[in-house]
Amino acid sequence: MDLSDKLIINKNFKMKKLNLFLLMGTILVLGAILIAADHIEAPGVSGSTADITDYYAFQGDADKIVFVANTQGLLSPTATGDASFDENVMIEFNIDTDQDNTEDLIIQAIPRDGKMYFFGPTPATGNTGTSGTVQIDADVNSVDITEYNGDMQIATNDGIKIFAGPRDDPFFMDFAQYGQIIGGMATSFNNPGDDTFAGTNVMSVVIEVPKSMIGGTGSINTWVETKRK
Amino acid sequence: MKYIKIFTLAILAAFTLQNCGDDDTVVETLPDFSGSYSLADQMGRPAINTVLVAEGNKDAFNTTIPAEQGAAYASAFADRLSTLSPALATDDDTNLLDLNATGFGAVLATDVLTVSLDGVTTFFDGTNVLTGRNLSDDVITTELTLIFGGEDGSEIPTLSDDNVDANDKPFLTTFPYLAGPF
Repeated sequence: MDLSDKLIINKNFKMKKLNLFLLMGTILVLGAILIAADHIEAPGVSGSTADITDYYAFQGDADKIVFVANTQGLLSPTATGDASFDENVMIEFNIDTDQDNTEDLIIQAIPRDGKMYFFGPTPATGNTGTSGTVQIDADVNSVDITEYNGDMQIATNDGIKIFAGPRDDPFFMDFAQYGQIIGGMATSFNNPGDDTFAGTNVMSVVIEVPKSMIGGTGSINTWVETKRK
Repeated sequence: MKYIKIFTLAILAAFTLQNCGDDDTVVETLPDFSGSYSLADQMGRPAINTVLVAEGNKDAFNTTIPAEQGAAYASAFADRLSTLSPALATDDDTNLLDLNATGFGAVLATDVLTVSLDGVTTFFDGTNVLTGRNLSDDVITTELTLIFGGEDGSEIPTLSDDNVDANDKPFLTTFPYLAGPF
């Protein structure tokens, strides 16, 4: 079995294997190459329901920004059917509108009983930093969490669109070849490369908001957090 | 009997008025979301923690707020970049953004994604740089090029591109834009 076959087996096994490769790479101190977004994570969150794999922010419609938070990566189709969001984990989108790297606005997504609740965008005052509470007084929207074999569920309200559920992992990279390079079995990438994340899924939370709700014009800094109760 | 009828009508009227709200919103009670939630993981740009943070510090990086990450990690990132990449080994070595290891490390250490509200949103499209991150951006090749590509992007070609430049499924043209699961 080569590296890419091994990666298909199951999520927990893959995470341990990938962490082992990362450790080897660090010890060997070869020209360590970039690795998958945050797909290979820190010990504290690796493989857990709080594990963020990727973050995207881009213009959807001309006057809107889409925020995508992906979690629980490298899900095989079978594992996806069993995957779920954790009711003790909040996914928080942080938006800094005045360039000081402290959040001014937040959007919080938290699941309960098959629905994903989205609070905000709402001021972050009193809720910045490493711990926080759910802002239940903020504007709230909810959507049924899309099931693996079910119809896609979307909710729309006041210019905001929301979705939560399994999606094809949009990330693409030849991570297997990276493993070959850091393991000392190769000195370059292949051409063409092979997308190690092909055929795998993630649990995604997607929200599209009008730009007017997040500063209107100029530039924002943004990052995503998971917070566990 | 008359008073009971009037009372019943009043109750019915009260319920009717309550349910004829200003729009279709159904007044529902929220579940109980009380409690304190503590930071577990965070992310701004792709690949930063995994490549540039030493093994023993990854959890610490994840629980350092962005406002404090620069002071804590800029110097370590600069060292890591100059050690990893021959194309950023000395102070005179710069990348396509005209940044050397120190400058690039300082940019990356505060792990946030910059997003423009005024125009094209992309990690890098040849013209626009760090104005967002859209689904089709080849962020890995962009970051490899910024680490290994040197001044004009071509210094170490074998390490600057993993030659995987697109997702395995086409994205949707409408919300939620991500393709359905396998």
